[in-house]
Amino acid sequence: MSAKSILAQRETLLVVAILLLLAAITIRFPGFAAPANLANVFNDAAILIILALGQMAVILTRSIDLSVAANLALTGMAVAMVNDASPETPLALAILLSAGLGLALGAINGLLIWKLDIPPIVVTLGTLTIYRGLAFVLSGGQWVNAHEMTPDFLNLPRHVLLGLPILSWIAVAIIGLAVVILGQTKLGRSLYAVGGNPVAAVYAGIDVGRTRFYAFCLSGLLAGISGYLWVARYAVAYVDIAGGFELDVIAACVIGGISIAGGIGSVGGAVLGALFLGIIKNALPVVNVSPFWQMAISGAVIVAAVTINVRSERVKGRLILRPAVAAP
Amino acid sequence: MSTESQMARRTIPDRLDTRLGRWIRSWEALLLLVFVLIFFGNSLASPYFLDPWNLSDATFNFTEKGIIALAMGFLIIAGEIDLSVAAIIALASTAMGAAAQAGVGPAGLCAIGLLVGLLCGAFNGILITRVGLPSIVATIGTMSLFRGIAYVVLGDGVYKGYPPGFAYFGQGYVWWVFSFEFAAFLLLAIGAHVLLHRTVFGRAIFAIGNNSFAARFSGIRVERVKFLLFLMTGLASGIAAIMLTSRLGSTRPSIAFGWELEVVTMVVLGGVSILGGSGRIAGIVIAAFVMGLVTFGLGLLNVPGIVMSIFIGLMLIAVLALPIVVRRVVNRGAA
Repeated sequence: MSAKSILAQRETLLVVAILLLLAAITIRFPGFAAPANLANVFNDAAILIILALGQMAVILTRSIDLSVAANLALTGMAVAMVNDASPETPLALAILLSAGLGLALGAINGLLIWKLDIPPIVVTLGTLTIYRGLAFVLSGGQWVNAHEMTPDFLNLPRHVLLGLPILSWIAVAIIGLAVVILGQTKLGRSLYAVGGNPVAAVYAGIDVGRTRFYAFCLSGLLAGISGYLWVARYAVAYVDIAGGFELDVIAACVIGGISIAGGIGSVGGAVLGALFLGIIKNALPVVNVSPFWQMAISGAVIVAAVTINVRSERVKGRLILRPAVAAP
Repeated sequence: MSTESQMARRTIPDRLDTRLGRWIRSWEALLLLVFVLIFFGNSLASPYFLDPWNLSDATFNFTEKGIIALAMGFLIIAGEIDLSVAAIIALASTAMGAAAQAGVGPAGLCAIGLLVGLLCGAFNGILITRVGLPSIVATIGTMSLFRGIAYVVLGDGVYKGYPPGFAYFGQGYVWWVFSFEFAAFLLLAIGAHVLLHRTVFGRAIFAIGNNSFAARFSGIRVERVKFLLFLMTGLASGIAAIMLTSRLGSTRPSIAFGWELEVVTMVVLGGVSILGGSGRIAGIVIAAFVMGLVTFGLGLLNVPGIVMSIFIGLMLIAVLALPIVVRRVVNRGAA
């Protein structure tokens, strides 16, 4: 119960931080807080939100997935090349292909971690370079440009439905699914249990390795879907798309209060963390700050956010040992 | 064999047990074998490989990363990690570039590079040992922060015009084909070996990596040791920044982008457990040579850099997976 109230606090804190940020930007540029512009900001952050939710499932199990951006690049390239080579392929099939390929790549990560017990950070560090390298092998270093892809393929995420582009609606749907899966299903509870205390999870009859495997499948699946969305939205596919984006995704989770030690975090937190980064990214050019500031700012925000999280997570019992260490 | 594996399953695994100790000893042998195979493979595949000057050029592929990997090895053995090393290079290089613009000489530039490295390391160390952040998250944050500052200073610009004497650190030769970088790497490797395997400080690092609580109870100042290790990694990044900047003769904020992953790969390939508590400097050094040779050999065969990275990634996973698979097959055979 107390853990829950801390969580609630953290999200409120984040909402307040976002509102303050919005207020500060609005003072400089009143148009920023207009609903249409906010919808734009949400749409820009949609892919980050989707990936952050997948990453969250992984981080909950005390793991980390560094390969999401490389997975996105490979699936995006594959689906763009399919569309280029045979434009008559139905769109639904292309999207299914990107989701399936992403799932398969995530399953490879999961299997290596589950069956061979290699630490997740090492596995995904390896597959990060392998997947992006494969995107190069697949494309031969060539770009797939807008005119080589069919209009249907490119326009789907942009299509406006009930005031919001489909890309935003996809993000909303995935947020909804994440709430249900994490809060209402056995898998969701297992994810929290495995990260909270793996030993206790085993005694509770939960297969830790299998649960981690599912988490990586989920992360891979969402990365695959994002692959299609990214390529369609930016209307270009090349080897380096979303380079380094995995760190943005992890940053969104960390800012959203998802504990890297596992077991703690909420869908709302991940979404708010992604939105926070999205707002900063969108606001900088608006308030006439050079976009080159963005990296330094998000770095400072990550450090600040983790510091706040660690303060509230700290276990009091461990403090017994502190004085002995601190003594000169 | 089968009783031993059952025992291992029931007891709390101790990373320093003799079986694993033997395995680690043979790890360097395995790496050395890989190195020899690649060496012969390369000399058969390309007529240009066995030329002293070409081989000397090949060392530039790994000396800078190798120097950071030595320090990173200490950190990973102690159960921590530093993902901000490449960003420290970017920041240190930017600071050196700005100083060179202001007319600072080679010695001053080196001092600035080392100082920025130390400061960044100290900042990481404070965040992790004082504030108590997990090192992976803290250094992901400082990685954006340090490189972000380089971007703020430089934008899409570039610093050029380093003083002529500064070129020695990245382009100079100590004797015949042995470059300053290579000599420095070997000397630092010997120093790291002595520090890790022959001193009380080194034993403390293994103790912390295996069980930091037990280490604390046996009187090791865990926080202070970890802080020193982050300082050391920062300093190593500063040294690498001097060499790389001197070798390239220019600074862009994207300098050394992605190196942190290559350095970690080098350390893990060298047989250091990513979970902490075990590893040897010799392994890291051989791994540096192996990675350098692979990149160089494939380069001679005109394989593009990104395809080489597939090999490095596969090597990283294979090298960790193989012993596990082999052990499993052997156990199955014995049961």
